[in-house]
Amino acid sequence: MKVLKLILKNALRHKLRTVLTIVGITIAVIAFGLLRTVVTVWDSSVDAASANRLITRQAVSFIFPLPYSYKEKIKSVSGVQTVSFANWFGGVYKDKNNFFARMAVDAETIFDVMPEFLIAPEELATFKKERNACVLGADIAKQYNIKIGDVMTLEGDIYPGRWDFVVRGIYHPQNKNTDDSQMLFHWQYVDERMKIETPVRAGDVGWYIVAIEDPNKAAVISDQIDALFNNSSAETKTETEKAFAQGFVAASSAIITAMNLMSFFIIGIIMLVLANTMIMAARERTREYAVFKTLGFSTFHLTGLILGESMLISILGGGIGIAFTYPIVAGFEQAIPKGFFPFFFIEPVTTIMALGAAILIGIIAAVFPIQRTLKTKIVEGFRFVG
Amino acid sequence: MSELIQVQNVSKSYWRDSFEIPVLSNLSLNVKQGEFMALMGPSGSGKTTLLNLIAGIDKPSSGRVVVADTEISNLGESALAKWRANNVGFVFQFYNLIPVLTAFENVELPLLLTKLSKAERKKHVETVLGIVGLGSHIQHYPKQLSGGQEQRVAIARAVVTDPVLLVADEPTGDLDKNSAAEILTLLERLNKEFNKTILMVTHDPHAAERARIVRHLEKGDLVGV
Ligand SMILES: Nc1ncnc2c1ncn2[C@@H]1O[C@H](COP(=O)(O)OP(=O)(O)OP(=O)(O)O)[C@@H](O)[C@H]1O
Ligand SMILES: [Mg+2]
Repeated sequence: MKVLKLILKNALRHKLRTVLTIVGITIAVIAFGLLRTVVTVWDSSVDAASANRLITRQAVSFIFPLPYSYKEKIKSVSGVQTVSFANWFGGVYKDKNNFFARMAVDAETIFDVMPEFLIAPEELATFKKERNACVLGADIAKQYNIKIGDVMTLEGDIYPGRWDFVVRGIYHPQNKNTDDSQMLFHWQYVDERMKIETPVRAGDVGWYIVAIEDPNKAAVISDQIDALFNNSSAETKTETEKAFAQGFVAASSAIITAMNLMSFFIIGIIMLVLANTMIMAARERTREYAVFKTLGFSTFHLTGLILGESMLISILGGGIGIAFTYPIVAGFEQAIPKGFFPFFFIEPVTTIMALGAAILIGIIAAVFPIQRTLKTKIVEGFRFVG
Repeated sequence: MSELIQVQNVSKSYWRDSFEIPVLSNLSLNVKQGEFMALMGPSGSGKTTLLNLIAGIDKPSSGRVVVADTEISNLGESALAKWRANNVGFVFQFYNLIPVLTAFENVELPLLLTKLSKAERKKHVETVLGIVGLGSHIQHYPKQLSGGQEQRVAIARAVVTDPVLLVADEPTGDLDKNSAAEILTLLERLNKEFNKTILMVTHDPHAAERARIVRHLEKGDLVGV
């Protein structure tokens, strides 16, 4: 009890210095939490990719289309369960800042290959029946307050013109890693209009989504699919959805790696800042620590005194930082275009890591001042002039 | 009276890089239980060094130091720390109080190492602060006290554990004449009424007068009586 009081009094000796150090740690922990959140969100979107789904895309780039006719051919490969396909539609819903994925899909099969999109059977049946129907992710429906039966109008860009869709279903995410921010509608509906307006683009498919029975055969099946279209005008590249997801954000990948590293650099830097504060404090108190030793206080007591102060500062900074991280991450989520990350939340492990980092900062920052204090002989301590 | 302090053939050198700085050479000194001895001598003659050896905060290069029946020159670091806590009270020229602690808390500090309860500690602290005449300044911080008052708090801290030996290194060196006189009167009282053995280093002849015996240290040797 007495010791805690002394630790507190020591920490408050240079109030400004202590407050600045705490603020520094707070900011570092917030930056750490934010960076880690972006990293884990990215990681989990890759993790969300299914292992028994393959993506077949144009070999050169996924921005080039594949012919519709490939569907039956891919189906013929042994081990393939279901073949579905999708097209990036783009377009603008009301305002161009309303960012969420809009895709023209094969209504018949899309929910078979995406079992993590949970939809009521009646809704799915209606969706399949009506050509201008669409299905919305629960998150988007909630965000724009759209109900079943509403009409959503998209202003096309890749597919010019005005497009009206009737909402016939809302799908729910199976787990927190499921992206429930997509809008799905009939590829056939889009394609019919293309046949009339831009016949050269009719029959274009963005990529095929291939469900396979055995994820262990993914490599063999991928090779067999690609072999089908060797030397054709549209060669394919087939890979697991996971590999596709990683490739899709290949550019971001470097940034993510940098963020990952940075989150740890920040912890390292703030560790040095606190260590510096603690070393300064220990220097100033050289005589006092000599007094403590003279009075018979032991290594254990002095270690506790210095470590306690260091931990008090780091845990206070860390705690405030963690408390601020939640609203700041929420604010960050508001600020970035909706749907840019399908899901955005602070993983518990991020909080645990931030707290762990704060504790580690406190311990490591105390090492040098403790060492210095214990090493200094009493007589040297009394002769010391700051 | 029996001997409380026996310093036998003690030498002490310091090392600065590879240079040996001899401070005390083959010095012997006995101090009886209940003595009040003043140690005088020019600056750099080794007074503080000798005091530190006797009080167990430094170790001789050779020779024996026996205090209160313990050969302290043989003790290890932590045994010595315990021995100091039980046997010696320290008074320094610059008081060396902990600035963030009140007078009460400063005096209580050595008692935190004992098994005394909070109530018992309080009783002890208030008693000694009363003896040094600071009963009404219990909650004051060092910077709210005068130099003389600070030194009295330091003396209270030195005697609160009831040690047999009190060492004081120039306890009046930083004080004006009146405050110095008060401190010396207090030390005399502790010696006479409470039977503390006191070893005091001083430059001040007035201070030395109060002691019962004066020894002079010159270039590491004790001279005269
Ligand atoms: N820790 C140390 N390291 C190196 N030299 C030291 C150390 N302590 C003391 N000395 C040297 O030993 C000599 C004696 O020092 P000491 O402090 O004992 O003298 P003193 O008699 O107390 O002097 P003063 O009256 O000035 O306090 C001095 O020359 C001093 O520089
Ligand atoms: Mg001296």
